[in-house]
Amino acid sequence: MSNKPSDAINPSIPLTDTPDVSRRNLFRIVGTTLLSAELVSAQDAKDAHAGMAMPAAATGPKSLNGGPNYIPKHLKPHYFKTMRALGDLIMPADATSPAASEAGAAEFIDFLCSRNEDLAAIFDGGLSWLDQYMIHKHGTDFLSSKPADQTGLLDLAYGSRGGSPETAGGAQFFTWARNMVVDAYYTSPVGVKDIGYMGNTAVSVFSVPKEAVDYALKRSPFGA
Amino acid sequence: MLQVQRAPAVHDVVVIGSGAGGGTTVKVLTDLGINVTLLEAGPMLDPMKDFKEHVWPWEVNHRGSGPAAESYFGKQQWSYWNAPNGYWDVPGEPYSVAQGEEFRWFRSRILGGRTNHYGRISLRFSDYDFKPQAFDGLGFDWPVTYEEMSPWYDKAEGFMGVTGTHEGLRTAPDGNFLPPVAPRVHEMLVQRAGKKLNIPVIPSRMAMLTKSIHGRAACHYCGQCGRGCHTASAFTSSQAMIFPAMKTGKLNIITGAMARELLVNDEGLVSGVSYVDKATRSEKTIRARAVVVAASACESARLLLNSKSTKYPAGLANNSGVVGRYLTDTVGYSLGGSVPALENMPRHNCDGIGGMHVYVPWWELEKKNKDFPRGYHIEIGGGFGMPQLGSFRGAAANAGYGAGIKAAARQQYGTNVNFAGRGEMIPNEHSYCEIDNTKVDQWGIPVLKFHWISQPYEIKMVQHMHDTFTAMIEAMGGRVPNRSFDPAANISKGGQIIHEAGTVRMGDDPKKSALNKWSQAHEVKNLVVADAAPFNGNPDKNVTLTIVANAWRAAEHLAEEMKKGNV
Repeated sequence: MSNKPSDAINPSIPLTDTPDVSRRNLFRIVGTTLLSAELVSAQDAKDAHAGMAMPAAATGPKSLNGGPNYIPKHLKPHYFKTMRALGDLIMPADATSPAASEAGAAEFIDFLCSRNEDLAAIFDGGLSWLDQYMIHKHGTDFLSSKPADQTGLLDLAYGSRGGSPETAGGAQFFTWARNMVVDAYYTSPVGVKDIGYMGNTAVSVFSVPKEAVDYALKRSPFGA
Repeated sequence: MLQVQRAPAVHDVVVIGSGAGGGTTVKVLTDLGINVTLLEAGPMLDPMKDFKEHVWPWEVNHRGSGPAAESYFGKQQWSYWNAPNGYWDVPGEPYSVAQGEEFRWFRSRILGGRTNHYGRISLRFSDYDFKPQAFDGLGFDWPVTYEEMSPWYDKAEGFMGVTGTHEGLRTAPDGNFLPPVAPRVHEMLVQRAGKKLNIPVIPSRMAMLTKSIHGRAACHYCGQCGRGCHTASAFTSSQAMIFPAMKTGKLNIITGAMARELLVNDEGLVSGVSYVDKATRSEKTIRARAVVVAASACESARLLLNSKSTKYPAGLANNSGVVGRYLTDTVGYSLGGSVPALENMPRHNCDGIGGMHVYVPWWELEKKNKDFPRGYHIEIGGGFGMPQLGSFRGAAANAGYGAGIKAAARQQYGTNVNFAGRGEMIPNEHSYCEIDNTKVDQWGIPVLKFHWISQPYEIKMVQHMHDTFTAMIEAMGGRVPNRSFDPAANISKGGQIIHEAGTVRMGDDPKKSALNKWSQAHEVKNLVVADAAPFNGNPDKNVTLTIVANAWRAAEHLAEEMKKGNV
């Protein structure tokens, strides 16, 4: 593993820039035994598929939240907390799935800010603007403001016409924040589960469920 | 200080490049018991280390953006998840483009070359593709016919493993196929749209194994062929051809070897290759009885043009002056639309093989009064893909913030159906490459200069693609995004589709071609070119299957000539 100890946040957070495929010993077995023989029996192929399915099924930790003791790599602790709260307002929990903090959205943003100074400038500046705006308008920073005042700002920032003149100063930041929170969400276990992606596994036969075919055909101009 | 080392041994055959053409040459020659030395400009491939198959985005801290958030700033060269392969920009290896023109040159520097990442679409050229001038007066006839090539296609498909069905279409000749894969739901809708519009939609022809063959396990349908396949169920020259050849004891591989020049002897034959050992920056020479150049169309032309000697002042195999000329790429244009019938569809695993399970072969060959010659095929995209960075930004932007984002993403997921046209470009005088005498790369090798002007036929074809894709999307009840369309602006740039061909063309007349019908240089019989450079045209059928078939044919012919003592 190429990770540096300084990347450690929490045992449940992945640490590496590159995936450690070597832990998947089955890959090695699959790759070397099959290519050495001209004839692959049906059982050999099935074994290979089972070997390929196994690591894919290990979907890792459910939550990527670094917890209350998380030490940010780049953002000041206050701004990290602000980012976590903002993330949960952008993508709150609903009946189906948890909020952005369980997808490690703030941790993801903080990590990349520690690796890219242009990104760091966008978030340092944006989170600072956010507090300035709230203090100017409501007398308290974003975290300490009333929920109604927080959503009041987001209504302006993410309004139907893509923001208001009042929030124009934060416009670039709001776009970045939403993009990265949404990105973090759907590249996390909770997001993949929410959207219902069921692949990244290995099967011996490809087939499509009749239920799905019927559903789409019935709704299409072609009919069932 | 530069050191010049001279290897004393004379090798049987030196092959330059390890992609589809070089890999095939290595396989065929070593199978016939000939000793081969392979020069590859990049490193050795280690699939266990290099392929990111089955890795979830959260298994890396940057989730695929690149370790320094590269994808967020447009600085990522290629998807982080893809098999290592190369890119249009290679550090230290620039190229020039004529003023006011655009061309992008993709280079792959790793064992297996572009076959590690390619789409694996495997379409035979048709009878008229080999004789286009006879067919409609445009382009150049090949010195071979479909009938002559057909047995080599059989061999190529039989070894690579290509899915397909027998359809009896002139625009899509049938082959030696493995069973097809069942269509996905959106592909069934495309089939019905095609039926309504009288456009054929048939099972795709892809080099993924639906049955185990030649020591490679059948596909496990994870859809990640582009990341590289640990079980080698998707064809690559590295895993399917070169690794097995290494076990024969007949193959010697030199990686990190950038060919500089082919050397000639007093008889005007190739005597060896001068190359740069990149690791030490030392100059080396390897001597050979025969040399097969398969460095990719433009790189092969560059090597020949840079191999100037008293005997061959215009470069090797270039007495005709055609080396570098008649460069072609595929004409590309894509359009996607959102199909409401697919909204909130019951979730299921639709990964399948990487890419389409059905495709559209060209259907208007016989149509009169078209405003462009020949045609294009259509590649279909869609389905429930693995979510990635960027997958749901559009849905989120429309929803604003809050609970609406998840609802919009759930509804939109899997509803986009994409159509990509891949059309024929007729070779022309304006699209070519030559040596730029004012510039060298970091190895001191003179670089290429490209000339490229999209032709009116190609632009008209893109208009036809746009109209067809729009009709297909609307037939499915889908919505086409409301954006401006201008065929001259939206046509793919030269080199962008990565199907370069035709820079060292073959022919019967040595005054008009560089190679004979066996891809052997007219003037230098122990020199063979085995990539897409020998092609006389670039039909709407992607190049790789024909590179393999033609290289197979050329390698067997070379082996015979060596056996007879002619080479």
